[in-house]
Amino acid sequence: MAYKTIIEDGIDVLVVGSGLGGSGAAWEARFWGQDKKIVIAEKANIDRSGAVAQGLYAINCYMGTRWGENNPEDHVRYARIDLMGLVREDLLFDMARHVDSTVHQFEEWGLPIMKNPETGAYLREGRWQIMIHGESYKPIVAEAAKKSADKVLNRICVTHLLMDDGKENRVAGAVGFNVRTGNYHVFKSKTVICGAGGASNIFKPRSVGEGSGRTWYAPWSSGSAYGLMIEAGAKMTQMENRIVLARFKDGYGPVGAYFLHLKTYTQNGLGEEYESKWFPELQKMVGKEYLDPEVSHLTHRPIPTCLRNHALINEVNAGRGPIHMVTMHAFQDPHLEEVGWENFLGMTVGQAVLWASTDVDPKNENPELTTSEPYVMGSHATGCGAWCSGPEDISPPEYFWGYNRMTSVAGLFGAGDAIGGTPHAFSSGSFTEGRLAAKAACNYIDDGKAEGIVVSEEQIDRRRTEIYKPLERYKIYRNAIVAGDVNPHYINPKQGLDRLQKLMDEYCGGVTVGYMTNEKLLHIGLKKLRIMEEDLEKIAANDIHELLRAWELKHRHRTAECVTQHTLFRKETRWPGYYYRGDAMKVDDENWHVLTVSRRDPKTAEYTMEKAPCYHLVDADE
Amino acid sequence: MPTFVYMTRCDGCGHCVDICPSDIMHIDTTYRRAYNIEPNMCWECYSCVKACPQNAIDVRGYADFAPLGHSVRVNRDEEKGTIAWKIKFRNGTEKNFLSPITTKPWGQAILQLADVPGPGKEMRDSQLLYNEPKYIRMDEGGLHTLESNGLKMKKGVYY
Repeated sequence: MAYKTIIEDGIDVLVVGSGLGGSGAAWEARFWGQDKKIVIAEKANIDRSGAVAQGLYAINCYMGTRWGENNPEDHVRYARIDLMGLVREDLLFDMARHVDSTVHQFEEWGLPIMKNPETGAYLREGRWQIMIHGESYKPIVAEAAKKSADKVLNRICVTHLLMDDGKENRVAGAVGFNVRTGNYHVFKSKTVICGAGGASNIFKPRSVGEGSGRTWYAPWSSGSAYGLMIEAGAKMTQMENRIVLARFKDGYGPVGAYFLHLKTYTQNGLGEEYESKWFPELQKMVGKEYLDPEVSHLTHRPIPTCLRNHALINEVNAGRGPIHMVTMHAFQDPHLEEVGWENFLGMTVGQAVLWASTDVDPKNENPELTTSEPYVMGSHATGCGAWCSGPEDISPPEYFWGYNRMTSVAGLFGAGDAIGGTPHAFSSGSFTEGRLAAKAACNYIDDGKAEGIVVSEEQIDRRRTEIYKPLERYKIYRNAIVAGDVNPHYINPKQGLDRLQKLMDEYCGGVTVGYMTNEKLLHIGLKKLRIMEEDLEKIAANDIHELLRAWELKHRHRTAECVTQHTLFRKETRWPGYYYRGDAMKVDDENWHVLTVSRRDPKTAEYTMEKAPCYHLVDADE
Repeated sequence: MPTFVYMTRCDGCGHCVDICPSDIMHIDTTYRRAYNIEPNMCWECYSCVKACPQNAIDVRGYADFAPLGHSVRVNRDEEKGTIAWKIKFRNGTEKNFLSPITTKPWGQAILQLADVPGPGKEMRDSQLLYNEPKYIRMDEGGLHTLESNGLKMKKGVYY
């Protein structure tokens, strides 16, 4: 094949994927490494890439210590209860103590942040959220990243991390191909900061055709954060902790501003409040420690999001759907009506398109809510991702191995979706994690930890052959058939994606089975995933765009396998409303108040599962 | 399909191809104009719509659930620093919205970090990031630590 091999050598910090996390890394790396070579490899165009491509109407993680609003530990406690106790509190505290400096920087860069006219403080949507006019959030942040990077290579689909051939378990860069030219790109780098995305489209979506593009998380979030790191042998954590979102039906428009700022509320199809009646039974499943509506009412401690999902799902299953968001009162106020619409136009235009097309004006009609298909990610309200070291002044020994945000692979760092156990980072927290990773990566290099890296020609050639294999496969077998897509020698990426979604849905707790699974189903799921991997060796791509989809699918498949392994390992139902283990329907704190950690051995493809202790922030005199 | 391109308006400039996060806006080889090659991977994010200099790209809601006869049009004006939206319902109702997109002139508000004074060893060995501690609270206060906040990390079951 005539594609060129383009080698970028001598890189100090390679940022793979420049959404909010990667952009924070690239920007900050320049401060700590003013003479270092910083390169960004981005799958799309950095000006509109990642989950924030479309814009945001709120920054969901801002402490407001400047205004005396919250301390970092308050946010840790919030994330802890929302995720049913299981988070990495060292990483969360660290993110929370730095995040405000990120947001103040954003304001200085021109991001329009709304202000409370009376106090001058940022306008709060909720305790942690501030409201912004964020249509250009990503272009503004991208400008910062571009100012710091020596080079930004757009349209590079990174397929694999490069590993040091001289020293076991040390990263050496990355490889991929250009989605426009088809050329093979090799990045030799002392450190890699993985800012790639979490995973949409792993579970079968509720929509059946075009609408399957209207995923809650972006369709271009292909689980590459996990696909890349798992393949490199990095340990992963909490991968079973997928998230299901209760959102406006079909458009998946966000509900945060509606609940928190517009004070809209939900009711069932009969116009009744329905949540509280499910709580007594649910309390028997999860224990009073995690669900105590009275205490929540008195102390404003939130009821975990998964448990509220549980009530919604059960109310619908009891035949009292649909669930409505009561907007008709709030929307009579023209200001609140404007906020409601601009909220969508700023971050989920598709919801506005849907309401316009169905003549739903929330002023005159209460729109429907539903629960989504599951998503695997680590920056919104859940914490899938890599098992990373924390900062030295906070982390206990089990959580610390030298460099903040470094994975279990030397020189491989993460930010955003890539880091496990850190839910509720959102956009500002992801950017902050990138900054922390960048500083640590520069220190890692300056400490001499990246000396003597060897990358063999064999490794570079092997990856090249592997990357283009789907194009070869197509060329060889296309003419075995007259026309069309049905071929006994290969499947195409769409066919593969359909298979992945169907099996994950049916065996790993997707929407069509009411988010239910059990040990037997998970074993069948793993078997099907293994067989699917054989077929992925035979995947065919008829052009470079399909080659992109083929590699996205491989990353999604690896992510799905890890999710299934973790779901099998954790023998309890920790997050009812996200998924259920039918064979262990209760929260089991005695055995499972732990973080799950996996490692896939790159040589044998075998998974090793372990439990890691869960540390909590407590008062010093406790 | 979610985004589509009007034949008579598109001049094939490729701005949409360049910006699409999903790599689905491509140039048709026969007509030399752009089109959406994979509607089921379109997020309706409007990146291409906003980038089109000819206003040639529009969105028709997902066929699975969105009936015909609506439109959501946008005009993003970098010079004015605003974004304007016009929503037309199937039943003819119209709504208009206007928001700021930035408060600063483009390209001038962000410092080149290669040019600022670099960190010393003390800062390198600390937990501070660029512009910290000042930017955390915009005052003289320091970074929060376990000690400063009277906390410790403890193994076990706590709620």
